Amino acid sequence: MSDHHKETFITKYIFSIDHKMIAKQFLITGMLMGIVGMLMSILFRLQLSSPGEPFAILEWFGVDWNPTLDANGNVIGTPIMEGVLDPNLYLSLVTMHGTILVFWVLTAGLSGTFANFLIPLQIGARDMASGFINMLSYWFFFAATVVLLISLFVHTGPASAGWTIYPPLSAIKETIPGSGLGQDLWLIAMALFVVSSLLGGLNYIVTILNLRTKGMSMSRLPLTIWAIFITAILGVLSFPVLLSCALLLIFDRSFGTSFYLSDIIIGGEALHHTGGSPILFEHLFWFLGHPEVYIILLPALGIVSEVMSVNSRKPIFGYKAMVLALIAIAFLSFIVWGHHMFITGMDPFLGSVFTFTTLLIAIPSAVKVFNYLATLWKASIRFTPAMLFTIGFVSTFLTGGLTGLILGDSALDINVHDTYFVVGHFHIVMGLSAIYGMFAGVYHWFPKMYGRMMNKKLGYLHFWVTFICAYGVFFPMHFLGLAGLPRRYYTNSAFPMFDELTDINQLITTFAIVGGLIQFIFVFNFFYSIFKGTKATKNPWESNTLEWTTPIERMHGNWPGEIPTVYRWPYDYSKPGAEKDFIPQTEPLKEGEEEH
Amino acid sequence: MTNILIFIVGFLGIVTLVQILRVSELMSAVHKQDVNEVNEKDNIFNSKMMLIVGALFLISFFWQYFEWKHLLLPEASSEHGVIIDELMTFTMLLIIFVFLITQPLLFWYSYKYRKGKGNETAYYFAHNNKLEIIWTVVPAIVLTGVILYGLSTWNKITNADVKGATVIELYAKQFNWTARYSGADNKLGSAHYKLVSPINPSGTNALGVDTRDNDVNAAWKDDIITTPVDNVVHLVKGQPVLLKFRSQDVIHSAFLPHFRVQMNCVPGMTTQFAFTPTKTTAEMKATEGEDFDYVLLCNKICGASHYNMQMKFIVETQEEYDTWMSSQKTLSEKVSTQTVITELVTQK
Repeated sequence: MSDHHKETFITKYIFSIDHKMIAKQFLITGMLMGIVGMLMSILFRLQLSSPGEPFAILEWFGVDWNPTLDANGNVIGTPIMEGVLDPNLYLSLVTMHGTILVFWVLTAGLSGTFANFLIPLQIGARDMASGFINMLSYWFFFAATVVLLISLFVHTGPASAGWTIYPPLSAIKETIPGSGLGQDLWLIAMALFVVSSLLGGLNYIVTILNLRTKGMSMSRLPLTIWAIFITAILGVLSFPVLLSCALLLIFDRSFGTSFYLSDIIIGGEALHHTGGSPILFEHLFWFLGHPEVYIILLPALGIVSEVMSVNSRKPIFGYKAMVLALIAIAFLSFIVWGHHMFITGMDPFLGSVFTFTTLLIAIPSAVKVFNYLATLWKASIRFTPAMLFTIGFVSTFLTGGLTGLILGDSALDINVHDTYFVVGHFHIVMGLSAIYGMFAGVYHWFPKMYGRMMNKKLGYLHFWVTFICAYGVFFPMHFLGLAGLPRRYYTNSAFPMFDELTDINQLITTFAIVGGLIQFIFVFNFFYSIFKGTKATKNPWESNTLEWTTPIERMHGNWPGEIPTVYRWPYDYSKPGAEKDFIPQTEPLKEGEEEH
Repeated sequence: MTNILIFIVGFLGIVTLVQILRVSELMSAVHKQDVNEVNEKDNIFNSKMMLIVGALFLISFFWQYFEWKHLLLPEASSEHGVIIDELMTFTMLLIIFVFLITQPLLFWYSYKYRKGKGNETAYYFAHNNKLEIIWTVVPAIVLTGVILYGLSTWNKITNADVKGATVIELYAKQFNWTARYSGADNKLGSAHYKLVSPINPSGTNALGVDTRDNDVNAAWKDDIITTPVDNVVHLVKGQPVLLKFRSQDVIHSAFLPHFRVQMNCVPGMTTQFAFTPTKTTAEMKATEGEDFDYVLLCNKICGASHYNMQMKFIVETQEEYDTWMSSQKTLSEKVSTQTVITELVTQK
């Protein structure tokens, strides 16, 4: 089916149905959103290190904003006045930072990029099962992105009830300015996002199940594909719940229903809502929300397994155990959502159940970490930038995973719930790990994407500064949390008990600024290398998987002739008796050779 | 002007970077060597960095601990808080133990097994059932212990005997707290949100307490509501207290870090948390400094002034408490009884 129809600029770069181009569209959109989200975090970090002080950079953004006053003389919808961050805008920034990073960068940017790029290439398919649906998936995502970005510019500010948008704060516009038009746009953007995610996910599942080339049995799939496959199943099962959760919220906001609202007085008036419960929202939200954590993390686990094996010149240790661990983590992720709600007044017995299931996740996670360590043991490590990020991933996955033992334990959660301990925990285990996985993937597959190499020295600089700064930002947060500091506080100066924490906050902000700015080196390296990078060879990392058997020049259909046949698993590195230290999957087994 | 300067500097920075890269790539053409191929030098540099940065990371962990230890919350001031702290210490030690074994291994392996002399080929080691069983079973056993310990602690906290506990209500709204003591009968009078004054013309109080005077509705009479002037919650050392939480608008969360107490306040429902304070404010001031106060914080994002929604708690001796209590006016002394009841159906 090698269709060599003529591609115009529009069909090639914009409404492309080629999975490789769609992957790049996801990647670049995700990167741009990543920059937006990262800059937001720097703005609110400045506020946290020097609360209430004016900053030139804020003036720069906010010089034309005039404060608007409501009837009581309170300032509404003023993002920045003379360089001082307004508390409502602070909450907006926190909310949008979380939303953008969780959904736009680490879900769409990570899954969208690597699922689209790697599935056909690594399973030996010409393209996705449905190129058209794949294209729709991107354009729904694009529409969601546009709506979300527009919400940054509405008069009352973007959504500001936290990325978890708990009602009633997110449902009643009088409670916070961001709960007005900004919240509506947030919900619309999210609905579009869910559609995009579902279209993509279904396509991934169908493609992996049906379009594997001859010989590519499930037990010969690269771990990247296994991880993406399981991620897609998680997404398809959980995102519809988020959609219904958001729809009910839209009803409550606009059509007077009471799914989440009851017994509320706002501005001296009793609202008509009775009988609903905000806790229902939390259950629905976290039924997606917790699998979402693994929707973010699993693709990174897959990428890391692949990149580590290639650059250690060694098979990934315990392939079957790795797959089983992925499945176990995915399964458990559906029955642990209540650990976000230990202190909502839920039945203590239910709390016990969720503690039990939550802590069980530590077992497959531990298996994964030990398997990574065993892969590095007696390896012959080649330090590409991708490999560095892979090692960084294992470190953060480990550090952040361990603190999960504290948060998952209902009794301990009582006192660290919603403190900076949580912020430190999830940024390390989910944020950093996933972003490291994403960086590893970009550095590793860049030659395949653009036929050129990224500059390695800039890659090293990027990794080391990022690695040091990221720990510098998030590790101290555990101490803030253990000192009792709640998250989402505009400033901690209202409590004398937190006065001494200012130094830590300033340290964190310094690391955040340096670590944030260094990302521009990556962005620069990325765009520079697309056009000017040194030319890549066909298989620059001497890797076994199928994508490296395709020609360097991008072509629709991936392979010029027949689709290759697969004879072995993808991890035959340094196999005794082989001529080279890698044996591509397309190489038939020699006589008497055992398959791993 | 500054903006233009920033722009120019940024632009020149990018131009410089491009030129440096061009030069390095031209050099590689001269040397007939791919500038982006990972060579021996890169492997040595990065593996050493792994060792150095890994060591610094672990040193910084200890540095942070010793430098900031004094900032952490003091020992729990409540009975159940002590067992939470014990569980916390146990879990912390466990995870620090695992952290200090696995992280050094990771950095050490990354350093030791770099490609290079003596390590040109990797050891083909695809799986080993024995090892894999060990590192599945050992975590499973350890976690069983952690889970059992955690659950037994959780059960002790949530199944606390509340008989005889002083009942106090905490009422949350944007952006302050109000407390209601249950008075001599230790029973809170029933309340309904539609009775909150001033939204209800016949309402008599800001918490919506039903102040009709009849036989079945008398519990409210001795209730005591704090006023904004004296907005402090008084507790007695050693006397169990049952906090009941309500919210009037959005979700708030009552967080009392020193007592290891946290519970969400959800509009439309009542939540509760029982605990027993074990140290008076005066005792805490003696060890923690004169500035010390027990505080209640809001710990669920609730709006612009979320960061400043607080209330002071005072733990004192029975005598001090009694003295303070005798100066308080009960609800029936403060408000007139309600005669007309609006369309409301009072919930029992």
